[in-house]
Amino acid sequence: MNIHEHQAKALLKEYGAPVAEGVAIFSADEAEAAAKSLPGPLYVVKSQIHAGGRGKGKFTELGPDAKGGVRLSRSIDEVVANVKEMLGNTLVTKQTGPAGKQVNRLYIEDGADIESELYLSILVDRESGRVAFVASTEGGMDIEAVAEETPEKIHTIVIDPDTGVTDADIVKLSDAFGLSGEARVDGGTLFPILYNAFVEKDMSLLEINPLIVMTDGHLRVLDAKVSFDGNAMFRHPDIAELRDLSEEDEKEIEASKWDLAYVALDGNIGCMVNGAGLAMSTMDIIKLYGEEPANFLDVGGGATAEKVTAAFKIITADPAVKGILVNIFGGIMRCDVIAEGVLKAVKEVGLQVPLVVRLEGTRVAEGQKMINESGLNVISANDLDDAAQKIVAAIKGA
Amino acid sequence: MSILVNKDTKVLVQGLTGKTGTFHTEQALAYFGTQMVGGTHPKKGGEKWTSSLDGTELPIFTTVAEGREATDANASVIYVPPAGAAAAIMEAIDAEIPLIICITEGVPVLDMVKVKARLAKSNSRLIGPNCPGVLTPEECKIGIMPGNIFSKGSVGIVSRSGTLTYEAVFQTTNEGLGQTTAVGIGGDPVKGTEFIDILEMFLADEATKSMVMIGEIGGSAEEDAAQFLIDEAKRGRKKPMAGFIAGLTAPKGRTMGHAGAVISGGKGGAEDKIAAMEAAGIKMSKSPAQIGRTLVEVLKG
Repeated sequence: MNIHEHQAKALLKEYGAPVAEGVAIFSADEAEAAAKSLPGPLYVVKSQIHAGGRGKGKFTELGPDAKGGVRLSRSIDEVVANVKEMLGNTLVTKQTGPAGKQVNRLYIEDGADIESELYLSILVDRESGRVAFVASTEGGMDIEAVAEETPEKIHTIVIDPDTGVTDADIVKLSDAFGLSGEARVDGGTLFPILYNAFVEKDMSLLEINPLIVMTDGHLRVLDAKVSFDGNAMFRHPDIAELRDLSEEDEKEIEASKWDLAYVALDGNIGCMVNGAGLAMSTMDIIKLYGEEPANFLDVGGGATAEKVTAAFKIITADPAVKGILVNIFGGIMRCDVIAEGVLKAVKEVGLQVPLVVRLEGTRVAEGQKMINESGLNVISANDLDDAAQKIVAAIKGA
Repeated sequence: MSILVNKDTKVLVQGLTGKTGTFHTEQALAYFGTQMVGGTHPKKGGEKWTSSLDGTELPIFTTVAEGREATDANASVIYVPPAGAAAAIMEAIDAEIPLIICITEGVPVLDMVKVKARLAKSNSRLIGPNCPGVLTPEECKIGIMPGNIFSKGSVGIVSRSGTLTYEAVFQTTNEGLGQTTAVGIGGDPVKGTEFIDILEMFLADEATKSMVMIGEIGGSAEEDAAQFLIDEAKRGRKKPMAGFIAGLTAPKGRTMGHAGAVISGGKGGAEDKIAAMEAAGIKMSKSPAQIGRTLVEVLKG
């Protein structure tokens, strides 16, 4: 689960991290009062969307010469003018895709005099199975590009969960950042604060890009991106409340209500599969036979007929879907339950596109029989290759 | 022979009294008499659990340590909900259970970071979490794999995905090869056992004549395993292998069902994994429906 920058900063501030003063606004009327509440004379107006690359992003509704999604403003009037131009418009960044994202909230923040920009992130390092800091002096840049071009400028410092951030870790981090003076002192308190916030709030990513050294020599968190482990949200109701549904795909929200693993994609063959690995392979095989999947959907191991019906409705609600492939290898999941759910959904919402069903495993004969006797125009398949070929042929013939 | 589990494995069930634990314990007992020796529940110690299939009774213990003492169990399987799964694993580690298999999906990853640190200081091996378990045909079934698709044979199967494990098992059964053992290591980013550990066991197991390895996007465990196989081949240890990687079409930055199946920071893409596994001499199947046939081709030379 992702949250907005202003929410991330408020959270880090609670832990004592140095962040600028700022106010989130949802309408242009709030802009002037928000700016007046800040010290000035420098302000930054920042688009709040769940995607990176905002500064270099472009607003669809404005001309190509218009400024991006993060704007420096030198007066309250300029803040208000920028807010009016940005709010409600669509920001396209390299992470949003060509459709972009509507900017529904802005964060107005006190400006900072920057001496240098650093990159800091905390994540779970899979190789060591531990939490790790990633530190680089190349802040404010695309870190993937830095990793590609100058990997020696990226330092990974792994933290022992039994000790937390030790003095030795602090030295390693400070050296990796090349910190001295006041900034080095600040680092000594900031690094453990960030680690504790990460661990206590079950974050999966905490990225500060950039962490800045200001001209007064102190450190400040200039940007903050935080993602949380969805599996741990049961113990963080306060964090769960920060979820912004307007940032998410409607079909994905509906799927999450049913506890379905669903990811919307750009193709036109809808998929319903049990098991994440098999669901990914089903997408892959559709591509192998020349078409694109419309979604990833794992109904899970113990789905009920109701859940299968809900899944089927989510797939058919996507207007791009020109055909549907159901692929089930029943272990715990019984094929007759899948058949029941699919048939119920078809009865409720109709079937306007070709449907190929491949069933294997537990109670396959019962499931197959239900589908065959339903009188519906369902194409049966023997294995996954056969199923993929049949659905691709069906949509090409349609 | 086989790896990890066989007819002598005695299994305690943590979370036996729940719906999932009950269902899969009944299935395990029905699978060639897998030795399920008891279960644990903090408040139901001293009671009995009864199978609805054949009336088999199993004792319930308050703690894993007590259960181990009374039954000589050398393995445990965990079906407790995600919030309690890490504590259940820790309890099994503290009771010095040699083999712990955690089926539970959705364990918070930072809980697993703590578990992994504890495991490193113990003699226990953990398989999972978020895995289908381990099955040695006609001897022992721990977890949720459907027993009817297995046959006794010569292929060792290791996979990060449950249903793709079933595909590989089913296909190797249909090709007449059968399996020594199938191991689902699980789809989480931080887990007890990685590919390398299992490949090492299969290489050392005489009955295992060939291997299937199924990976997916996310992390670098497949690349690490490929390097391990290259190093072992230089020492003269090598077995014919077929492989498959899921997620060639997965978009970057999106978690695909499994918590660990995500391409992040430009790492963990399918192409790199396929290339690494091919470089290690594994014949890669383009389709998940061709894993068995691909292995047969390798064996024919």
